[in-house]
Amino acid sequence: MKVLVLYFASLRETLGLAREALDLPDSVTTAAELRAHLCARGGIWAKALAEGAAVRVAIDQSVALPATRLHEGAEVAFFPPVTGG
Amino acid sequence: MPVRIQTDDFDLSTEIAALRAGRAGVGAVVSFVGTVRDINQGTGVSSLTLEHYPGMTDKSLEDIVAQATSRWQLDQVLVIHRVGPLQPLDQIVLVAVTSAHRGEAFEACEFVMDWLKTRAPFWKKEATPQGERWVDARESDDAAAARWGRPE
Repeated sequence: MKVLVLYFASLRETLGLAREALDLPDSVTTAAELRAHLCARGGIWAKALAEGAAVRVAIDQSVALPATRLHEGAEVAFFPPVTGG
Repeated sequence: MPVRIQTDDFDLSTEIAALRAGRAGVGAVVSFVGTVRDINQGTGVSSLTLEHYPGMTDKSLEDIVAQATSRWQLDQVLVIHRVGPLQPLDQIVLVAVTSAHRGEAFEACEFVMDWLKTRAPFWKKEATPQGERWVDARESDDAAAARWGRPE
């Protein structure tokens, strides 16, 4: 499954990446599984996206839960808690 | 458009006049303007940069406005949020609500701000004498948003 992954704010700076196109293995079907898949890269990825880290996920520009399912062509965003206003 | 995300400044009087134009049923106008402070958590702030998620931020603000209009009897709602580099004293955000009576307008204006602060994807980065730092989300903002309950 091909998805586009976006990173924002402090997460983008920490990872040194704003976006990437990924072709996911069949075992990755939800937001939580994608996060774990990225954590498995190790190093800064494992730390920034660790289970306890304050990271929000959106799929197709709507807030997603860990169990929210991915789909072909999805736009998935990872970002820290918001601080606007 | 009830929602605008822009780098440019805005003028409160102009926006209110546009909201009220020809709307003789309106008896109340409540507005909130958020501005850049020169101090945060005890440290001087020399400038601020606001990042957003183009597309999702617009959608999120539109959803919040839709929630407000379903919960209260409102005439108009306007949200303007600036992005990009800002300085102390600059205006950041405007929420303006019009309605027949003040109670609805007061509550709806506060609701929109509380939800904006906890749901709309914006992030602030401050420049301080010790360098740049991303602003942390505040628990008090979560508590303020929680009192309005869940999305309807």
